[in-house]
Amino acid sequence: MNEVIKLQPLAEEPGEATTRRAFLAAAGAAGLAYTAALAYPIYRYLASPEEMAMSATAVTEVMLKDAQKLPAGSVLMFKFGASPAMLIHHADDRWVAMTAVCTHLGCTVQYEPQADRIHCACHGGVYNPYTGANVSGPPPKPLKLFKVAVNEGSVEVSRA
Amino acid sequence: MTSKTISSPVYDWVDERLGLSELAAFARHKTVPVHAQSFWYYWGGISLFLFLVQCFTGVLLLVYYRPGAEAYESVRQITFVMHFGWLIRSAHAWSANLMIFAILVHMFSVFFMKAYRKPREFGWLSGMALLGIASVFGFSGYLLPMDELSYFATKVGLEIPSAIPWIGSAIANMLRGGPDVSEFTVQRFFALHVVVLPALFLPLLGFHLWLVQKHGNASPPSVESLPSYQRKSEPFLPNFLRKDLAMWLISLNILALLASVFPWSLGKPFDALAPAPVGIHPEWYFMSPFEMLKMLGAVLPGEVGEIAGILLFTVGIALWVLIPFYDSSKESGKRGRAAHYFGLLAVIALLATTVIGYWTIR
Repeated sequence: MNEVIKLQPLAEEPGEATTRRAFLAAAGAAGLAYTAALAYPIYRYLASPEEMAMSATAVTEVMLKDAQKLPAGSVLMFKFGASPAMLIHHADDRWVAMTAVCTHLGCTVQYEPQADRIHCACHGGVYNPYTGANVSGPPPKPLKLFKVAVNEGSVEVSRA
Repeated sequence: MTSKTISSPVYDWVDERLGLSELAAFARHKTVPVHAQSFWYYWGGISLFLFLVQCFTGVLLLVYYRPGAEAYESVRQITFVMHFGWLIRSAHAWSANLMIFAILVHMFSVFFMKAYRKPREFGWLSGMALLGIASVFGFSGYLLPMDELSYFATKVGLEIPSAIPWIGSAIANMLRGGPDVSEFTVQRFFALHVVVLPALFLPLLGFHLWLVQKHGNASPPSVESLPSYQRKSEPFLPNFLRKDLAMWLISLNILALLASVFPWSLGKPFDALAPAPVGIHPEWYFMSPFEMLKMLGAVLPGEVGEIAGILLFTVGIALWVLIPFYDSSKESGKRGRAAHYFGLLAVIALLATTVIGYWTIR
């Protein structure tokens, strides 16, 4: 209506402005807390399988029953925690176990006894089947080796 | 005032393509009547909010639920293994029940405010269709955990269509996917619950809400008869919307309280050879028709009673749905009053049979 009324908010008491700001801050904080209280259970719910997998990776050793019967020159795929791994019984009777997850982009690799190599079909990475060393192709790192103990009725694979 | 209140290059760019200012102008001019019965205007919005909660929690349940033979095991996993799975499931079940309640309150308030009269007939009809779909949502969702109670509830519920002469058993077999409730039933109820029903419900809901925008809120006849200078209204933006959202927040708090303090239980896995548990009864919103059929069965035993019951319900529901054509305007006079008494009778009958139903279980 007139200029004076429009200007009034500027002439507000300093105390009032603080109360208003304090109120808005409190309301904002309450809103955030409320949203967090809703979002937290939903996040935990959706993250449940991930947490289960995390507890599976805490595994330090795996007992493979009857794996000592694995014929020479062949491979046994097994799960070490949450990820695939391989136990290789070489033709020269050496036992080697290593992770089977390619260090390039995470595909599962395979042991090829006739070519005597570990090959990743995704991008052609090649690893040494005795040491896990990356021999050719894109893999930046070797496959991690596990400790192997061949027993009477089983093979014990553990973190090196 | 129709000029733009917000002006920035981005707004102008979007506005030129989507016509936001027209929408904003429409929203600014939208008003809601203010009178002694205004409270009942919130119940449509509450129903909508609870529906949205169900879409959201339903998608969350879908993340781990597996229909078919593994149904029970997956619900057990959701309830007892996944973090807060019990809460999500409980919120889904509680909001379903609260939504049916809110829809019923909404329907009766519309009925007694005579908001179905010209030009709002389609609003009433689409609302009745939405309630019908909501009850099928409830019936189909109830089976999905495949525990003892849901198994028997579905078994009993499907006896109703099978009482229809000649074609009844064919319909029931089609719904069940065989002569008995089994994993085939869960699988098709699941398809119904998460694909078919939402596909029917959502466009119909859009139509219903569009009609509310088109015709605005109806005032009860007592307010409508006042001269225009005595009628009060308030702007939808921001006054009514603010209160509407406050109602949503209250609903959410009540839901959170119920869902966490009274978590939805999971019974024993269903066993086709086990006897029905003692005291088994339908959900509260199916209690009234269940009790009515039971009472009718006492008077008219056997097949005659079943057919008479189905006929009675069909006629009653048809009368209820067609009320806008019977009591079409404020000139309806005597018929308007008859409709009012019909509504009162319906409320009393529903409440009485529900109470008797629960009373006779104990």
